[in-house]
Amino acid sequence: MQLIWLVPAFPLIGFLVTSFGQKRLGGISAGILASSSVFASFICSLYLFFTFKGEAQTVQLFNWIQSGSLSIPFSFLLDQLSLLMLLIVTGIGTLIHIYSIGYMKSDQAFARFFSYLNLFVFFMLLLVLGSNYVVLFAGWEGVGLCSYLLIGFWFKNHDFNKAANKAFIMNRIGDLGFLLGIILMFITFGSVSYDKVFDAAKLVEDNQPVIIAITMLLFIGAMGKSAQIPLYTWLPDAMAGPTPVSALIHAATMVTAGIYMVVRSNVLYSIAPATLSFIAIIGTLTALFAATIAMKQTDIKKVLAYSTVSQLGYMFVALGVGAYSTAMFHVTTHAFFKALLFLAAGSVIHAVGGEQDIRKMGGLKKKLPITFAVFMIGTLAISGIPPLAGFFSKDEILAKVSMQSPILFYVLAFTSVLTAMYMFRLLFLTFYGGFRGSKEQAHHLHESPSVMTWPLVLLAVLSTVGGFMGMPTVFSEQHLLHNFLAPIISSPAGLLISEPSHLFEWMLMGSSVFLLAIIIVWSYRRYVSREAIPSLHETDMSLLTKVLYNKYYIDELYSAVFVKPLRAFGSFFQKYIDKAFLDGIIGGVNKGVVLGSQTVRLIQTGNIGFYIFAMVFGIIAILLFNLLL
Amino acid sequence: MMLSLLLFFPLLAAIAVLFSGTRAKHIALGATILEFLISISLVFKFLPDGGTQFVENYWWVQGLGISYHVGMDGISLLLVLLTTFLLPLIILSSFQHKHKNPGLFYFLILVMQSALLGVFVSLDAFLFYVFWELALIPIYLICLVWGGKDRVRITLKFFIYTLFGSLLMLVALIWLWTQTPGNHSFELSSFYALNIDPANQTWLFWALFLAFAIKIPIFPFHTWQPDTYTDSPTAGTMLLSGIMLKMGIYGLLRWMLPVIPEGVHEWSNIAILLCVIGIVYASLIAWVQKDFKRLIAYSSIAHVGLIAAGVFSLSFQGVHGSVFQMLSHGVNVVGLFFIADIIERRTQTRDLDALGGIRLVAPGFSTYFIIVLLASIALPLTNGFVGEFLLLNGLYQYSTPAAVLAGLTVIFGAVYMLNAYRKIVLGEAAASTQSFTELNTNEKLVLIPIVVLIFWMGIYPDFFLKISEPSVKDLRDIIYSASGFSSN
Repeated sequence: MQLIWLVPAFPLIGFLVTSFGQKRLGGISAGILASSSVFASFICSLYLFFTFKGEAQTVQLFNWIQSGSLSIPFSFLLDQLSLLMLLIVTGIGTLIHIYSIGYMKSDQAFARFFSYLNLFVFFMLLLVLGSNYVVLFAGWEGVGLCSYLLIGFWFKNHDFNKAANKAFIMNRIGDLGFLLGIILMFITFGSVSYDKVFDAAKLVEDNQPVIIAITMLLFIGAMGKSAQIPLYTWLPDAMAGPTPVSALIHAATMVTAGIYMVVRSNVLYSIAPATLSFIAIIGTLTALFAATIAMKQTDIKKVLAYSTVSQLGYMFVALGVGAYSTAMFHVTTHAFFKALLFLAAGSVIHAVGGEQDIRKMGGLKKKLPITFAVFMIGTLAISGIPPLAGFFSKDEILAKVSMQSPILFYVLAFTSVLTAMYMFRLLFLTFYGGFRGSKEQAHHLHESPSVMTWPLVLLAVLSTVGGFMGMPTVFSEQHLLHNFLAPIISSPAGLLISEPSHLFEWMLMGSSVFLLAIIIVWSYRRYVSREAIPSLHETDMSLLTKVLYNKYYIDELYSAVFVKPLRAFGSFFQKYIDKAFLDGIIGGVNKGVVLGSQTVRLIQTGNIGFYIFAMVFGIIAILLFNLLL
Repeated sequence: MMLSLLLFFPLLAAIAVLFSGTRAKHIALGATILEFLISISLVFKFLPDGGTQFVENYWWVQGLGISYHVGMDGISLLLVLLTTFLLPLIILSSFQHKHKNPGLFYFLILVMQSALLGVFVSLDAFLFYVFWELALIPIYLICLVWGGKDRVRITLKFFIYTLFGSLLMLVALIWLWTQTPGNHSFELSSFYALNIDPANQTWLFWALFLAFAIKIPIFPFHTWQPDTYTDSPTAGTMLLSGIMLKMGIYGLLRWMLPVIPEGVHEWSNIAILLCVIGIVYASLIAWVQKDFKRLIAYSSIAHVGLIAAGVFSLSFQGVHGSVFQMLSHGVNVVGLFFIADIIERRTQTRDLDALGGIRLVAPGFSTYFIIVLLASIALPLTNGFVGEFLLLNGLYQYSTPAAVLAGLTVIFGAVYMLNAYRKIVLGEAAASTQSFTELNTNEKLVLIPIVVLIFWMGIYPDFFLKISEPSVKDLRDIIYSASGFSSN
């Protein structure tokens, strides 16, 4: 168990070597080095997983921050939840590192890319391994930094740099909430360590204002990191980064940190049902809202990005109804199929020479057979076709929600219809029909090298069988993932997590399969048979399409409501308060003194008679003054 | 004798430097490195739980109760270390400039060092005041002689401002002296022992607050600062922002809180309000700056506003955090101003819009830049985070709205700093940055110690926190026992 520290140590070493040795590491050696370091972490994680005895263990490295009664050790916690996350992060991380060797091969800053990627894995592992909220926060902000560095990886492009800034700043808004939540937790419980806080919280009654405040503040952090309304707008822009980054950071791992954090804090959230309801509503709204935008996007990565936002919404709904392990289930399956979809999209982009607009693609299935096959698997998985991974986890969320709120259930069910629609639209527009790009591109179309396709195939396998770790009760008595996570989960007392009836489950599965079949046929007719390719010009769009295409103009709204007024305040403060008012006062005092001394100077006439007179007058005045007192 | 050696060695070296002509800078550098080693030797002898140490106490003017009384507790020691650590870096960074009359320039810097150290170790009010004023003269001359275009007007404003504050402090100190029993004394401990009635504590609070608030500076007494920071030669700006402003915060901790605890309890809410307004106010102004040096100046107002707010929260973490953050801020702001200086020397401009693309030609420089920048926006595992976390924690214990408003610095700091980084370093190379050269050895020698300290203090802050923790406890004990308030 003492080996825990090795898990983050490998990528950290990888980062140091690849960044300090950037000039000396020629060819693809930086990529191999970085991939091996993450793979070594994966092996360690596997070892820890198989030797894990069911007892949570804490390993303290050193005392980090100590001030009075505040004590924050730098220590790691190994339990079921962190193990699951370790496996996801290092496992998928390894595949994406290997894929990147092919994807980034011709980039000048090849070594720099891998050093950032390794640094990201290090911080992500810190995030999931920390045994208190401040170490978690260190990882949390660290992954944010790497996200910033990688979004702006191609730093010559101003738009990319702006997207990077936006991501960091949006996250910081959430992080302020998170930080205040941690501080309030310290003030309330006298500790920020998981074990102490949770032990203390077990004695607290439901819906105490301070607990609601803490959980809400922490959730604000999650809204930023996991891109929920209203802090989601950075994630679609984050697609400016190289595609493997989108797969690893902005789909599979970092953006699920918010869900991890809530699951980690489930003891607190379970005694704050009010917060849970709020989370469920935010999650549902985000799922629906993002899915509608995805319907009309034309950039292959943007569609997937909004889809990620939407899927994260699903996970939060699961949290909101107290189904913590269900949320983790969806985190896991989503990591498989979304990483797969992004990497496959990367393979497409690679093939068409950097083009990301699906209106200029089409007919790629013959030229890119492997990419097509795995993209198809990813699409089927996310749409919820049995028996692929997404089917089980998404149906489980729907089933759990249906037990608590019919309204949310219908909204989410409708959203899954949308999900299938935009995914098949994407699939058909990209891979079916005729190629709509330039002749130049058509000439160069090629399948990606095997260093890229092998990770795709492995992820496709995981996306296919990943769902079996959590089969519904109609199929299996054992829900492996729930059983595994059970020791760290404390469900809300008020919400009885009852299992839906078998009849209901059959109906749910039946109707979703039926609906999916209709959607697939409808989409095929529309996009393949009738070749209804979205217009390249905004003027041709209907009003609704235009609004969706422009993402409801939310960026414009934020700019008008927050950015511009605040900057106006800054200018106003400087011009009118600093310069005119405050300096005016100083200037006034200054002038007063000058004026005063000019007046007083007149008394110095040089006339000795006047001086004597003044002196005598003064003495008399003092004497009188003393007498009067 | 160790403290006297520490205090007067720079003064002796200053005299040597004055007559050494062109070798002045090397002698000055050697002297400050030696001084740093002396201060390090004190660290080894220092006992964290030992209260005030290295005490020397002789009568100076016995009739007036003035003594040469110096000593160090943990808080003093850290500020002494900050001073002795930064001085060699400041001198080394000035090597890049050809200053006219170098003998005088380095003479003044070394005199300044003595005075700063004196402020941090004085245990006698009169002595403290003498050092306080002594520190003002060299920096005034440095700015006046070696400053930018508008230096005469700006240094006058600076001088009048701070002199006004000093005068108020002098009045307060003399009044306190009159209250001491017997033949009167300027002893710090005799000030602590006074029982001052609330009405007098009130005016004393405002007199001392103004004196220190101008120095720090706290909104709305800050308007001298951006001008002075921008127009001074870089070494002067570093001295002012890295060390001198800490005199004000140190003054609060040593000469205000324990002397008039009831006055502080009564009025700290207004003090905190001003600090917090200043954080938001200065951050927003920093955001719209075009001049990078001025941007750093405004960001510094925001950062020290948080430090001062932590002091006035009187909570353990607030006070402890303020001591720690004084060090972090000193290290980081010196790093930032040095980076601004490097940019200006190479491109002849500080205008964000005229810069860009430095990363393409000088990736090494860009890396140092972003590390210092991240420390200043308090990313975890850098020094800025430890301090900010403790300060916000302390402030939250005092008041929720204050913590929320002050916390906005977490967001705004990222906004204006990353914005500046984007404009200066990223994008396509601008005309001004085409021939931007990588860091030379001298420049690296300045930046490497700064980066090392950023990570050391961020990853293993325990060393620094432990030195000051018992002193913070003692300080709070004095405050709370004198005022009869409970210390929770």
